[in-house]
Amino acid sequence: MSDQTPILQLRGVNKSFGPVQVLKNVDLKVYSGKVTALVGDNGAGKSTLIKGIAGIYPFDSGEYLFEGKPVHISEPRQANALGIEVVYQDLALCDNLDVVHNMFLGREQSKGLILDEITMERRAKETLAGLSVRTLKSVRQQVSSLSGGQRQTVAIARAVLWNSKVVILDEPTAALGVAQTEQVLNLVRRLADNGLAVIIISHNMNEVLRVSDNVACLYLGNLAAQVPAEHLTHSQIVELITTGRSGDMGLHPDVLNGAAL
Amino acid sequence: MSVQVTDVDVPEAGDVGGIGDALRDYSRRVRGGEVGSLPAVLGLIALVALFSILQGDTFFTALNFANLLNQGTAIIVLAMGLVFVLLLGEIDLSAGFAAGTSAAVLGVTLTKQGWVWPLALLAALATGLVIGFLIGLLVARLGIPSFVVTLAAFLGLQGVMLLIIGEGGTIPIQSDILLAVMNKNMPVWGGWLLWAIVVFGYAAISLRAILSRRRIGLAGSATSVWIAKVVSLAVLFGGVVYLLNIQRQIVRPGRQTCDVVGDINQPVGCIPIIQGVPWAVLVILVLLIIGTFILGRTSYGRHIYAVGGNAEAARRAGISVSMIKISCFMICSFMAAIAGVLIASRDNSVSPTTGGAQTLLFAVGAAVIGGTSLFGGRGRVIDAVIGGLVVAVIANGLPLVTQQSGIQYVVTGLVLLVAASVDAISRKRTSAA
Repeated sequence: MSDQTPILQLRGVNKSFGPVQVLKNVDLKVYSGKVTALVGDNGAGKSTLIKGIAGIYPFDSGEYLFEGKPVHISEPRQANALGIEVVYQDLALCDNLDVVHNMFLGREQSKGLILDEITMERRAKETLAGLSVRTLKSVRQQVSSLSGGQRQTVAIARAVLWNSKVVILDEPTAALGVAQTEQVLNLVRRLADNGLAVIIISHNMNEVLRVSDNVACLYLGNLAAQVPAEHLTHSQIVELITTGRSGDMGLHPDVLNGAAL
Repeated sequence: MSVQVTDVDVPEAGDVGGIGDALRDYSRRVRGGEVGSLPAVLGLIALVALFSILQGDTFFTALNFANLLNQGTAIIVLAMGLVFVLLLGEIDLSAGFAAGTSAAVLGVTLTKQGWVWPLALLAALATGLVIGFLIGLLVARLGIPSFVVTLAAFLGLQGVMLLIIGEGGTIPIQSDILLAVMNKNMPVWGGWLLWAIVVFGYAAISLRAILSRRRIGLAGSATSVWIAKVVSLAVLFGGVVYLLNIQRQIVRPGRQTCDVVGDINQPVGCIPIIQGVPWAVLVILVLLIIGTFILGRTSYGRHIYAVGGNAEAARRAGISVSMIKISCFMICSFMAAIAGVLIASRDNSVSPTTGGAQTLLFAVGAAVIGGTSLFGGRGRVIDAVIGGLVVAVIANGLPLVTQQSGIQYVVTGLVLLVAASVDAISRKRTSAA
């Protein structure tokens, strides 16, 4: 893993909202073909970190490297242009539109003035087939008639439709039942197997250990550790999340004291 | 990955089922809450049947059918504009007086200033665009609820109209072409030509869409469904054209009919022949086709549905929500301006009551009765036509049955309420699915 150049790398990024420093000197490496889990307690800075990566809240300072080259991302469109897509927790789907329309929302294909429905439908089907999605009856179904897992699938398929390289998933299974969680986790795994870099935020440790290749843990705005998943146990992750340290992993005690102040 | 029990394969490409399948699919969607225009179509049939039974000799006549269209035209056009605003989940209460104000501008420029009619017409339509732009700006940029902005505009425009026309005045419209729109009919052959263009145009465009889908290997609707749709359109629209092409004047024995209206060499006291499709029908058809095209076939239309369905999702997808809102209010007031011109043409004049009274409520009622949701995100331009016909049938048929205007108000109010309930219930159903 370490011999590969990370597709996305953050070095010492900081972000403050007024007097509150939300991210402190955070380093993160994300690799193609790997699932990176981002864990941390509420308020640890997970959302701010992904919003920074997506360009919604640009970082105040620090380096943002994409494919080894420094880039400056200050709005979502720039992140999209690089191939970074975010699937937010609320999915941002339009219930009154069908699956194809949702996948192409804001980026419709047209021939002149007229929407090119045929090309869009074909590409949507190809993308879904590429992800081995077999749970949708028709791509012309309205999203309002879909289950939670199917909606998540549509949102993820939309994110990978644009030859994306990095897909960020914000708690994709939080609202799902057992069978649907299973479907989505399989899909997440397949994204990485297809060569994409995946960042997944999750509060479910079993899920994190099952699906991810490495785990990045945030503790009060600091990156406590980024460790290969196979070196971690359930209780070690919990310890990292709650105290910022576990054995010899995690933050240096001085930093911890500083963080606690 | 293990194949899940719940997995359903994507249907094979090509011809999917026949009419039976299409009907089953439709009934499933209706039960799921996507009722669309179905209640309005059923209501229309029921109302026509009811009035025909109660007052057949006055209601179900060729003359009254033409009258009914004449009464409904302005409301239908207003409702078409309102569909765009309702799709966003907004409302425009000022559309009636936007129509009136535009008509007032038409009257003043045409009659008092002596402009040629195309210029006066342009001025009236531009008035609509300006009104819509200002309303849209206040709603989209300042974030004032559209209900309040347009209520203010409702009062304000009423005043503007009075100021333009002058207190208590009525301005006659003196332009043969503008008056012809609501008062003259197409020649009989013109009606059939229109029928042919509409039916064959629809058949060709829909067939082309089906074939190009099949060529690519995507599921398209079955040939039998296509034939059924084309035949129903041909029969339905053919029936309308046939009814409108009947001579509407009742000729008493001993009276002659004039061959050509307005010919000096006609026998004295002859009864003019009135027959043919009113030009207003052509106006509605053109607006219907343009509106349907914009909403259904362009990315702009798609974005309108997206903003109405989930504005936040639309914003994140890079759609300029405020641009969509402003433009929809402009379309609504623009259509209102057209409606204003139509009302002026029908009344041969503009007065401070043009576009007032129940005009707006009828138009909102028409859109909602036709199946456009008050909650946004659901609706089509044809809803305005179907709903407008329902409103026109009630407004036309009820006075034939009862003279009491009290009952007429109550019934119209109840119909609107029923339509809004259907909308609310179907919304509950779709969100529960």
